[in-house]
Amino acid sequence: MEAEVKDQLVSIEKPGLIAPPNWEPVIMGILCNWCSYAGSDLTGTSRIQYPPNIRIIRVPCSSRVDPWFLIKSLQTTADGVLVSGCHPGDCHYISGNYYARRRFLVTKKLLNFVGFHENRIQFSWVSAAEGPKFARVVNKVTEDIKKLGPLHLYKKENFEK
Amino acid sequence: MARVGVFICFCGANIADYVDVPQVVEEVKRIKEVKYAVEYKYMCSDPGQGMIRDAIVQHKLTSIVVAACSPRMHEKTFRKALSDAGMNPYLLEVANIREHSSWVHQKDKKAATAKAMDLCRMAVAKSIANEQLHEISVPVTKRALVIGGGIAGIQAALDIADARIQVVLVEKSPSIGGKMAQLDETFPTLDCSQCILTPKMVDVASHPYIELIPYAEVLELEGFVGNYKVKIKKKASYVNSKTCTGCGTCWQKCPVKVPNEYNLGLDKRKAIYTPFPQAVPNKPVIDAEHCTMLTKGKCGICAKVCDKGSIDYTMQDEIIEREIGAVVVATGYDMWDPKPYEEYGVGRFKDIITSLEFERMVSANGPTNGVPVRPSDGKVPKNVVFIKCVGSRDEAKGIEYCSKICCMYTTKHTILLHHKVHDSHAYVFYMDIRAAGKGYEEFVKKAQVDTAATYLRGRVSKIYKKGDKLMVRGEDAQIGQVVEVEADLVVLATAVSAPKDNPDLARLLGISYDKYGYLSEAHPKLRPVETAKAGIFLAGCTQAPKDIPETVSQASACAAKVCGLFAGDTMKKDPMVSTISNEYCSGCQNCVKVCPYGAIITDEVPVGHGSRELRTVAKINEGVCQGCGSCVAICRSMAINLAGFTDPQIINEIVSI
Repeated sequence: MEAEVKDQLVSIEKPGLIAPPNWEPVIMGILCNWCSYAGSDLTGTSRIQYPPNIRIIRVPCSSRVDPWFLIKSLQTTADGVLVSGCHPGDCHYISGNYYARRRFLVTKKLLNFVGFHENRIQFSWVSAAEGPKFARVVNKVTEDIKKLGPLHLYKKENFEK
Repeated sequence: MARVGVFICFCGANIADYVDVPQVVEEVKRIKEVKYAVEYKYMCSDPGQGMIRDAIVQHKLTSIVVAACSPRMHEKTFRKALSDAGMNPYLLEVANIREHSSWVHQKDKKAATAKAMDLCRMAVAKSIANEQLHEISVPVTKRALVIGGGIAGIQAALDIADARIQVVLVEKSPSIGGKMAQLDETFPTLDCSQCILTPKMVDVASHPYIELIPYAEVLELEGFVGNYKVKIKKKASYVNSKTCTGCGTCWQKCPVKVPNEYNLGLDKRKAIYTPFPQAVPNKPVIDAEHCTMLTKGKCGICAKVCDKGSIDYTMQDEIIEREIGAVVVATGYDMWDPKPYEEYGVGRFKDIITSLEFERMVSANGPTNGVPVRPSDGKVPKNVVFIKCVGSRDEAKGIEYCSKICCMYTTKHTILLHHKVHDSHAYVFYMDIRAAGKGYEEFVKKAQVDTAATYLRGRVSKIYKKGDKLMVRGEDAQIGQVVEVEADLVVLATAVSAPKDNPDLARLLGISYDKYGYLSEAHPKLRPVETAKAGIFLAGCTQAPKDIPETVSQASACAAKVCGLFAGDTMKKDPMVSTISNEYCSGCQNCVKVCPYGAIITDEVPVGHGSRELRTVAKINEGVCQGCGSCVAICRSMAINLAGFTDPQIINEIVSI
C-alpha cells in the first residue's frame, strides 16, 4: 500500500485525487521572529541546502499563530504546515511558545478528527543558533508530506484568476 | 486601489546566480496591484534606495515590497528610505529571497526562481493590507526606586542621583549598609570595609536627590516602564525620626536584651537599638516583638529618659506611595544555613562557626573586639580549621553552583587569623582554589606564603569531639590518605544563597526567578542587568553570587540603564502592538490571562450609543505591550489585532500563492 501511494502520489485523504507527474507539495512554514525565523536565516547564511517546497511566513511569536491560519492554509494553498517557535523556556515573550504548543495540540486533534492525516501539520522548536536543525526539520516535513500525496493541486493559474 | 512597487535585489551575485531575477520581475508585473517592478544590483546601496524614493513619488505608490535579504538585516534601512520619500515606513514589506531561496536552493535554479516568485507574491499580498503606523511615545516619570540598601543599592542610588534624577531608596532593616557593613576587611587589598563603605552611606543620607526610606518594604508595584506606581510599607519605628538626635540614652537604659542580628547572635542588643554604631540613619527603632512596653504595657523607660520626647508607642505602620519610572532591585543574598551537615556536628558543637560569624569576631567593632575566640569557653584558638564549599558545589546536601567568593574570603580569613593570633595555625580543606579576578591569584599565593597555612585538598567526612578539642577527619587527596587535624575552632565557608523573600518579591514586581531563587536577567550575556520586564533592573547578588567589585560594576550599569531610560521626556516605542476593537470585544478576558506582560486591563464602556448601562471590555496599554500576539490568537470574537501582523495581512500571505 505504502509503495503504491509513493508511485502514484495519491492523496491519503482523497483517494480520487492523483497528483500529476513532477508534483511537488507546498508547505507553509509559520516561524516566530526571534528563534525559528532567525534560525532559518542562519540556514541560509550557512548555505545549508533543503527542499524548495516551504514558503515562510514571519510572525512575532508562535503564540500569534491562530488555528485559523493552519486551517486556511490547508484549505487553500498548502499540502502541509510547519509551525516553529523558540525552545521551551526560551520564548522571547516569556511564555508564548507554551500557549502555542497547547493550541497546536488541540488544532492537530481537531484536524485529525475531521480527516486530515496527522503529519499534515507539524510543530518544532528551532532556536536562532540551529541552522542545521532547521534544514533537518524542513527535510523531514517535506518527506512526510510527499508521502501523503496532494491535498491541492498547486496551480499558478489560480492566483491569476 | 493599492499601488504596489516591487524592488528586487541581485545582492551582487548572491541572489542573481541562483534566482532568475528578470523572470521574477516579469512574473511580479503580472499581479494587478503591482504598478512598478524593477531589479537592481544592490538595493540597500544609496542608488538602490534612491530608486525606491524616486519611484514612490513618480508612480504614486501606496506600498513597497523589497525582495532582497532577510528583513532582520535591512528592514530598518528600507523603512528609512520610505520615510525619506515622505511615506509611512510601515508600508514596507520585505520578501526574503536570499536566506530563504537563493542561498538554500543553490542546485536548483528553476525551483529557487519559482520560490522567489511565491515569496514576492506573498509579500505583495501582505503589503496590500499594511496600514500606516506611528511610533508610540510614552511619558516618563523621572524618579527611580532602588530596593535594598546594601552596597549594590547604595552605588546604584548614588550614581542615579548624581545624574540629578530623584531616587527612592527602600531598605528593609533600620540602617543601610547591608552585608558589607558586617565585614572586617575586604579582599584582595584588605581595605577596611567600614572605612570605604560608611562615607558612601553618609552620602546617601545627605544627597539632595535621594529619599531614603529605611525599615520599610515594597508592598505593591503597578504600571509599566516609565510609569510605575509603588506602595511602600514603612514599619513603625516608635521613634520620631525628625526630633530624635541619636544621642543613645534610650538604648543604654533599655533593660530588655535580645540577640544581636548584626553580630549574628554572638552578643546582645537592646529592644530599642540601632543595628551598629555607624548606622545610617543613626536613629534607633523599637523592636516591637521584644519591647515589654509594646508587648505587655510595662516599662516605658526609654520614653522617660528621652529629652526630646521622641518615643511614641502609638506609632502605626505607614503606607507611602510614589510614582516612579524605573526600579533597581538589589536585595543581596543570605548566608546558607549549614544545618544539613550533621556529620560535622553543626548545632551540636559550639566551636563550629560560620564564616560570617568569624568575620564578626575579627572585626574591630565586633562582639569580641577583634579577637577570635571559641564560643564554648572564650579561649583564643590556636589551631583553626577552615572548610570550604560548605553548601556550594554539593548537589546532595547543598546547592549545585559555586558561590564564587568563598575561596577568596577564606584566604582573607587565614590572613586575619594570622594578624590577630600570631602563634595560630590555619588548616584549609578545599576542593579547588578559584581565584579568578584582578589581583586575586596573587593574593592567594601571598597569603599561603605569609600565613604558612596548611592547604589540604579534599572533603571533610567527620568532626568529633576529643576533650575540649574538635577532631576534623578528612581526606588529603594529594597524598591519597585520610588525615585528622586537632582543631580549637572550625570555620565553615558557607555558601551564598538567594534571599528567601526573592520569590515573593519577584511575583510582586512581575519578574522571573530561577530554581535557586535568584532573579533572572533578560539575557545571561548581553543583557545581564535588565529583567524581562522593561524598566526593572538587577544589581548585585540578587541575580547571582558575586564579589564587591562586580556588584558595584553591575550597580553602576543599572544606573546607566536608568539614566538612558530617563534621557528624554518621552520614550519611543515600536508601534507593532495589539489594538482592541470595543465593538467586537465580548469582555471574556481570556486575553488578560494570556498576556505575559500584564498589558491588558479591563475597561467599562456604554452598552450602546448614549446608553448609561456599562459593559466590560479589554483595554490594551500600548506602553506595556511588547507585540507578541498571544492575545490576538486567543480572542474568540476576533476583536484584537496586532499592528504589522494583522489577520488580513497573514491570511493574504497564505492565500496568495
